[in-house]
Amino acid sequence: MKFSLDWLKRHLETGASAAEIAARLNAIGIEVEGLEDPADRLAGFRVARVLTAAPHPQADKLQVLAVDVGDGAPLQVVCGAPNARAGLVGVLGTAGAIVPANGMELRKSAIRGVESNGMMCSSRELELGDDHDGIIELPADAPVGTPFAAYRGTSPVFDVAITPNKPDCMGVHGVARDLAAAGMGTLKALDIEPVGGSFPCPVEIRTDDPAGCPAFYGRVIRGVRNGPSPEWLQALLRDAGQRPISALVDLTNYLMLGYGRPAHAYDLAKLTGAVVARRAADGEQVLALNEKTYTLTSAMTVIADDAGVHDVAGIMGGEHSGVSAETTDVLLEIAYFDPTRIGATGRALGLASDARTRFERGVDPAFLAPGLELLTRLILDLCGGEASEVVYAGSPPTGTARVAYDPALAARLGGVDIPEAEQRAILERLGFAVAGDWTVTAPTWRPDVDGAPDLVEEVVRIHGLDRVASVALPRTDGVARPTATPSQALERRLRRAAAARGLNEAVTWSFLPESEARHFAPGEALWVLENPISEDMKAMRPSLLPGLLAAARRNLDRGADSVRLFEIGRRYLRGEGATSDERLTLGVLLAGEKVPRGWATGKATAFDAFDGKAEALALLAAAGAPVDKLQVMGPDSLGPGSQFHPGQSATLRLGPKTVLARFGALHPATLAKFDVDGPAVAVELFLDAIPAGKSGAFARPAYAPAALQAVRRDFAFLVPADLPAGDLLRAVRGADKASIVAARVFDVFAGPGVPEGKKSLAIEITLQPADKSFTDEDLKGIAERVVSAAAKLSAELRS
Amino acid sequence: MDLEHLSTDSLERIARAATPGEIEGLRVELLGKSGTVTGLLKTLGQMSPEQRQVEGPRLNGLRQTVAAAIDERKAALEAAALEERLARETLDLTLPAPEMPQGSVHPVSQVMDELAEIFADLGFAVATGPEIEDDWHNFTALNMPESHPARAMHDTFYFPVQNGVETDHEGAQQRRMLLRTHTSPVQVRTMLAAVKANPGGAPVRIIAPGRVYRSDSDATHTPMFHQIEGLVIDRDIHLGHLKWTLETFLKAFFERDDIVLRLRPSYFPFTEPSVEVDVGFALVGGRRVLGGSGDAPGHAWMELLGSGMVNRRVIEMSGLDPDQWQGFAFGVGVDRLAMLKYGMDDLRAFFDGDVRWLKHYGFAFLDQPTLSAGVGARA
Repeated sequence: MKFSLDWLKRHLETGASAAEIAARLNAIGIEVEGLEDPADRLAGFRVARVLTAAPHPQADKLQVLAVDVGDGAPLQVVCGAPNARAGLVGVLGTAGAIVPANGMELRKSAIRGVESNGMMCSSRELELGDDHDGIIELPADAPVGTPFAAYRGTSPVFDVAITPNKPDCMGVHGVARDLAAAGMGTLKALDIEPVGGSFPCPVEIRTDDPAGCPAFYGRVIRGVRNGPSPEWLQALLRDAGQRPISALVDLTNYLMLGYGRPAHAYDLAKLTGAVVARRAADGEQVLALNEKTYTLTSAMTVIADDAGVHDVAGIMGGEHSGVSAETTDVLLEIAYFDPTRIGATGRALGLASDARTRFERGVDPAFLAPGLELLTRLILDLCGGEASEVVYAGSPPTGTARVAYDPALAARLGGVDIPEAEQRAILERLGFAVAGDWTVTAPTWRPDVDGAPDLVEEVVRIHGLDRVASVALPRTDGVARPTATPSQALERRLRRAAAARGLNEAVTWSFLPESEARHFAPGEALWVLENPISEDMKAMRPSLLPGLLAAARRNLDRGADSVRLFEIGRRYLRGEGATSDERLTLGVLLAGEKVPRGWATGKATAFDAFDGKAEALALLAAAGAPVDKLQVMGPDSLGPGSQFHPGQSATLRLGPKTVLARFGALHPATLAKFDVDGPAVAVELFLDAIPAGKSGAFARPAYAPAALQAVRRDFAFLVPADLPAGDLLRAVRGADKASIVAARVFDVFAGPGVPEGKKSLAIEITLQPADKSFTDEDLKGIAERVVSAAAKLSAELRS
Repeated sequence: MDLEHLSTDSLERIARAATPGEIEGLRVELLGKSGTVTGLLKTLGQMSPEQRQVEGPRLNGLRQTVAAAIDERKAALEAAALEERLARETLDLTLPAPEMPQGSVHPVSQVMDELAEIFADLGFAVATGPEIEDDWHNFTALNMPESHPARAMHDTFYFPVQNGVETDHEGAQQRRMLLRTHTSPVQVRTMLAAVKANPGGAPVRIIAPGRVYRSDSDATHTPMFHQIEGLVIDRDIHLGHLKWTLETFLKAFFERDDIVLRLRPSYFPFTEPSVEVDVGFALVGGRRVLGGSGDAPGHAWMELLGSGMVNRRVIEMSGLDPDQWQGFAFGVGVDRLAMLKYGMDDLRAFFDGDVRWLKHYGFAFLDQPTLSAGVGARA
């Protein structure tokens, strides 16, 4: 909301500067978003007199002026305005001045070969009006040489943000009241003298919708002349960001902006029959003042006559019945509309207006009649005419909050000790009535107040939040314990583990294009937004991989050689009913080159599924999962869809059901869908599935390194080509659990020398003697057990 | 050959030996079992004692001289051979070494860790809640009933009614599902949980970091961003505690003692009184540097966060007795804090996943914030 210092001073007796007022406004909760002095914008523009005007030698439409700006030698100025002539007093911008309308800096220049030292300005160029037909013409006695801003008398303009709980400050008067309460001067009392009607109101006015429009007051003024407003009013409105239109419209705006009281003026000639506040009929239409047609519903209140709807009540007037220059008889409407109704209607129609904002937040229900009298007086003064008697249809809500207040609450809640007398004075200056027993009655313009904390808020903000002293929070008892939950601690640990492995953490959008989400969760119900910001941000991600894949593509498109991304965040599933099931997940995406071509390593190598497995296992280990107990399950275990390469992907499971991770090379269909060139590898860790850590004690199990040296033995087996190596390893390890502490594959071979349908697996086992070294007999026995365990999987020892 | 001659001749040959093989040959020839010098030494046994007294020292002297010369020559040859081999093994160490990929932690995560550390020191635990919320927790319980104008200010993302409405176990309550517009619903959930655990209520001191969503997109707004919520509920917590907590946390976060806050009265439905908090800053080289009063020359104020005393209604709806329990809450943008501290200027880049950006603005895994080593990571 904007208003000038001039306007404020119509309500507030003060000698304070604009800067002081702005500081106080901020301090009391009226945020100053801008303080602009139009004088600044008019710097470099001065009152100037045209001494002579001669035709430009090179151009028909231009003249060469000699202009007196009051400092000695006249300046030569080239001017194209038709009204430029000798003797005219206008406004000259000299070199260095910046034209408000377009931000151009004026310079000394040559126009068609003739030197020009400035510009004679039009109203529009100085943003003082729309007139651009010619340059400004000031009275002949305007003092030449005076800065134009000083001559014109500009006033600094405040742009303030009013919080929704302060409808009383949606008018300058309310702002002035707050400032006065905060010691910034004296509030000027409202001077409202009722205008007696000289004839009965010729229009029937009633409200048929007392819920939506509890009160509808009106009167007719006949014989008005609706010309332009006087300059003082136009200046106030312009400074407030409103375009002056005509005296009648300007005065309703003046009432709204000055007193927070919307009103409407109808051209009586355009009305037929009774003017009624009623519910709209479903489908009924109205052409509003913004030249748009709105289709209404029966949940909306309108003002209508016998011919139809004229006004979306409390939000916007109609095009048809608005006042114009021809208007002679006018019907004034001042009503009270239900805030909830106004809000719902405005939202449903997508229609915002200054009136809606005020009604929605709650106008002063006691200011209908005074507002109407004020408006009447202003119209009679500016437009003449004769007022009818007032029709009072319905009545606005009455009764304001009464709060049992305890002044000690200011310290208890607000943290600042304010003497009772001061609290009482603050409340009274704000219009509250304070009884001897501290029962406080709120003024009619404060619908927000309904409890003691509201009063603390009032008292503290006027007293000064800066006077609240900092008080340390008491330390909590006991030793410091982790403040993160196990899940948060796990997340932090994994994040740093992943970064330590050379992965870059990304944070990608929670929402995706629906088709990408579906690709990663075929057949599952997704969370799909009703009002997405775009189709690309529509479905909540059921997996972290699509977002990472899209990020990988962007990186590759930008020329990145290698992309190693990870993200820790939630994937969003549907729980029981409509509840949300959000699960903490870690996604890894590897694309591009694993190792670039190099002098030592040769050609660049790409990532493969084993890189995914390595990340999965390393991160699961970092998460404290029992990695050596995990089973690698084939691609069938990945569930439906073709996200992963069917021969190069797997899940890692703990027991038959608990899937801790999936990993693998991505399916070519996935790569194609996401436009990613070349192979890419992905991992997803389901952090919610990782079993929580065990005992919680600090002490570890007792341990002493083995005293005797371990022994290694190699075995080479011929096995069926489709036997998973992991099965053989598990069998071999299980052959002598007491002695075999490790087994690993060190060679896999198929080809010449190995029969068709077979492959050779070479395995190294590590044997750890306990309290005495192995004898040859021991070792022989173990070897036999290993071979026979392997034989159960059709593995034969290679000779 | 007399002894003099033999000595001179042997030493010359030793000096001339060019390979370890030749030296070994000479050692066998001279000092071996049937070597020349060994042979001479054997003659000592047949000599008379007088003769032996004269010849003994001479012959032993010869053997020692020869042996020493052989050792020396051998060492010299080995050293030369080693030197030659090492010369052959010379590498061009200007060639690149194998590179380890450089991992990084995202600034949002880093800052959240920093905040958790700072608040842990003040006794705040970390709480979380769902991002897909119902309108009761996101609005109603925060004193924003259905028709509240503030709801409209939130630019909320909704889920369709037919599959985005939660019914409670009695099937009675209908709750519209949406993406939470702030982390404040965690306040409500935390207080409800506190009451469930302890029907009389219990003190609460939490921060709740996480993703939040508003249907808003421009240079400084993204439809998804991060907030951290703070909540303290106890018997006698007042605005002064709020002020201290905010000052303490911001000073610790920016590691500056000269952070100056300006508290302005404001309005949020879920707090009363409500306080908007500005922080003073100066423009240095085109960047905002926090510190000093915004009223000081060359300085200005910038809005940083919203806060206030928790509204009685919110406390009540969360199941606590507002005559017994009161406290404060605040909410601050994590991305914004990250930008102010670490100098990023485009919020949208946070969510693009550009590896170059992640490496530049990200943090090494070892930059784990700790109180003793500093919660901030310097450039």
